[in-house]
Amino acid sequence: MEHVVIIGNGISGVTLARHIRKLSDKKITIISAEAEYFFSRTALMYVYMGHMKFEHTQPYEDWFWDKNRIDLKQGFVEFIDTNSKVLHFSHGETLNYDKLVIATGSKPNKFGWPGQDLEGVMGMYHKQDLENLEKFAPNNKECKRAVIVGGGLIGIELAEMLNSRRIPVTFLVRESSFWNGVLPEGESGIINRHIRNHHIDLRLSTNLKEIKSDENGKVISVIIEETGEEIECDVVGLTAGVSPNIDFIKDSEIETGRGVKVNRYLETNIPNVYAIGDCAEQHEAIGNRRPIEAVWYTGRMMGEVLAQTICGNRIKYNPGHWFNSAKFLDIEYQTYGWVHGKKGRPENEAHFHWKHEDDTKCITVAYDKNTNKFLGINTFGIRMRHETFDTWLTEKRDVDYVINHLAEANFDPEFYSRFEKQIIQSYNNQLQTA
Amino acid sequence: MSNKLNHSMSLATPDALNITTKQKIALGLGLIGLFILTLALFNTSFPNKGLFLTFALGLIVIGTIFYSREAYLNKLEGIKNDGVWFKSISSRGFWGWSVGIILTAFYIVLYFYPQYLGLGKDGVANTGLISLFDPLSQLLSGRNASQWFVYGTLYTIAILAFGYKFILKYRHNRYQQIRTVSVMFFQLGFAFLIPEFMYIMNNDLPYYDLKSIWPLNYYIFDEWSVKAFLSNGNTGLALILFGVLSIFVITPILTYKYGKRWYCSWVCGCGGLAETAGDSFRHLSSKKLSAWKLERWLIHLVLVFSVVMTTAMIYTYLGYKSNDFWLTRGVFISLVIGFLTIIFAGVMIFKRNELGKDAKYGAIGFFLVITLLLIMHFTGTTDQLFYIKSGNLRSAYGIYIGSIFSGVIGTGFYPILGSRAWCRFGCPMAAVLGFQQRLFSKFRITTNGGQCISCGNCSNSCEMGIDVRHYAQKGENIVRSSCVGCGICAAVCPRGVLKLENDSMKGRINPNEILLGNDVDLRKLVNEN
Repeated sequence: MEHVVIIGNGISGVTLARHIRKLSDKKITIISAEAEYFFSRTALMYVYMGHMKFEHTQPYEDWFWDKNRIDLKQGFVEFIDTNSKVLHFSHGETLNYDKLVIATGSKPNKFGWPGQDLEGVMGMYHKQDLENLEKFAPNNKECKRAVIVGGGLIGIELAEMLNSRRIPVTFLVRESSFWNGVLPEGESGIINRHIRNHHIDLRLSTNLKEIKSDENGKVISVIIEETGEEIECDVVGLTAGVSPNIDFIKDSEIETGRGVKVNRYLETNIPNVYAIGDCAEQHEAIGNRRPIEAVWYTGRMMGEVLAQTICGNRIKYNPGHWFNSAKFLDIEYQTYGWVHGKKGRPENEAHFHWKHEDDTKCITVAYDKNTNKFLGINTFGIRMRHETFDTWLTEKRDVDYVINHLAEANFDPEFYSRFEKQIIQSYNNQLQTA
Repeated sequence: MSNKLNHSMSLATPDALNITTKQKIALGLGLIGLFILTLALFNTSFPNKGLFLTFALGLIVIGTIFYSREAYLNKLEGIKNDGVWFKSISSRGFWGWSVGIILTAFYIVLYFYPQYLGLGKDGVANTGLISLFDPLSQLLSGRNASQWFVYGTLYTIAILAFGYKFILKYRHNRYQQIRTVSVMFFQLGFAFLIPEFMYIMNNDLPYYDLKSIWPLNYYIFDEWSVKAFLSNGNTGLALILFGVLSIFVITPILTYKYGKRWYCSWVCGCGGLAETAGDSFRHLSSKKLSAWKLERWLIHLVLVFSVVMTTAMIYTYLGYKSNDFWLTRGVFISLVIGFLTIIFAGVMIFKRNELGKDAKYGAIGFFLVITLLLIMHFTGTTDQLFYIKSGNLRSAYGIYIGSIFSGVIGTGFYPILGSRAWCRFGCPMAAVLGFQQRLFSKFRITTNGGQCISCGNCSNSCEMGIDVRHYAQKGENIVRSSCVGCGICAAVCPRGVLKLENDSMKGRINPNEILLGNDVDLRKLVNEN
């Protein structure tokens, strides 16, 4: 019986294992050094906030793995011997495989800041980071202030987490406006104001110079690059993005760049070795996508695809229309298709932007200014139907059609106020003045 | 929610975990109110009962209102679940168990020892807690209070005060607000005031909460109840007809259009209490598969019990000859068996594909009931059915299901089992509604394509113990008998994945192996095989 070994029990690896089990009778082993059972990484924040307990982040009950004959092995793989197809664990054990899948996800970026390895300095990615945060920031007596470095999705989540325990937060963001490398200006502005309304000390265009320690090697303050200001704090969260978690592969014969290099079939340079999820790096980007996609959904999709290949139906990773979502404190965000921020926006991409007067809801519709083709939508504070936008993108609808049919895409709960009329009016006005 | 408005003048962050000074004062007011009730319970005789009752209830309501305003109104609108698994009261800690035990004790006394609450029997004046409520009862219906009046008043106040709290908690969510106003309205009007006024108009009519439908209202077709209705002319006849129409006509139509929620989370009193006073405990329901299995057996057994019991009850007081009344024992039993057979045949012919192996259990259940009824018919004498005394069946149901299951366990165990233990495991009305919701209703919770991140907020907040995530992460709509459509899963979802909808029956149940967003050809290949 062929033995498929998957390193990493995140969404990519687990989706793959489930689908292999559906398609075949192969022996499946999932290896993890992080946690005994699969949990939803994106839900870690809710454990700290007390919305859920850790066990609630586990999508499957403990008996699930036995029942589906998926072996779980806890351990840290130190070396992969691809010639004899053997994994070497840090505690000396070995494991043979026939097919190997690397699905080890990401790790938080550290940019060589002085003091970045002090006690009380942490990312917010692994289960261990959560435990660390619980240790250093259990309440606002132990942690009088926290400083977060890096204005992305994880940074704002960490700010929300600390805020839930009334720990004052200073949020250092390198960009001139929150996440404006991705979000158009209007949206980014709403989030800036929303963050400040939650009494989070948001510092834009601000970089970290260094982290200072007390005599015991614990963080005591940070120094701001631009002003030299010293901010006293007990915890520093480093949330300046993530990169593939593949240090343990560097000594093997598997080709790596920033991530594990894979072709469109998610195969590495070594036969029978594959990589999926955050740690996989495409040789060439697919469409507008980045070569490394550190997103829950793409990890899952790669798992779904690779199961086919491993079970004898070799097919390409060929994702459909881009979509993503997030929640910024109380404001939900969804995106379908492509809407670019200022940075990297294609020359032909134009935007229609509508904002509600309460400053918490808006949409941005991107379209081709030459052909009027609908390219994508960002929506804040209004839920939209994935399927509808996926269909419209496939049908290559134009922007007029999309704006005039927005009501069909609305996914807000029943009895919510609807804004389609306002949006259409605003769209017509903008076109007249343009 | 608005970024422009910012009510809080606080210099610290507004998202408090611990309670503020104002909340402590509010808590104090409420506790003083409860203390007055406790004093009355221990037979303190207050000089001016009306005044003290007003004080007690007023303080409880004002305390709850102030507490809630302080808790929610100086924060931005949004999901307010911070710390629910840390707080002792809402995580089966010391306070959770304490409240659970006190509530359970209260229910036991209420159902089985009302004299300890001060009920005066056989014309003796009330004492204790019940006598404190005499002035209010006199005001409403001109008679002294009973233990049920005390219970009804406290129940209504709980729904109103905590309903207000719930509305503030979800002040960004109009579905939640309207739904809560609805349960507050039905409790105050239908369960509390209207029956009292009906008594004033005609004091022979039995207590009838119009929204309490058989089989939840298991005593409506009891002999004494039916006789009392029928002896009251057209009004009584209309009421009992309404009772029959409620379950056989109104319920199927509304459930088809809106799902079970029209009743369970918009109208029902049990649901109303669970959604308001029970809201802080909703996440405590078990989401294990084993709990679901238990639920399916238990709730349907209660339904079978209730159908057999009611049929037997009605059967015993019907006559043999059609001269007296057209509805004889023979006609009645044929009607019941005919009705059950039609439902069974209909489901097997039109819905067998949706049932899978459950159909077998369903079939067994139906045949069991029908066989029981036939045995009953042929063993039935005037006072014996199944060779046992007919009244025993009815009183067993009343004690074990009506009192212990729905009251003592259902509500007393809120802080332990979650707020809907009765609705989930025991309520026969919920079983009827759920059966229809699963097979013949336009209602579903739609899953939004591939947007689920398996975080588990939905499952965690499901009071009915549905593992919502199990469906959402497969891109599958949620069509479950037990779903009461409270909509909290959709509210807490951080990615906008869930939406309660009434749409067409077609494509309502849509299991997916590969979710939206992946390769279209792969989706075709896998999902259509």
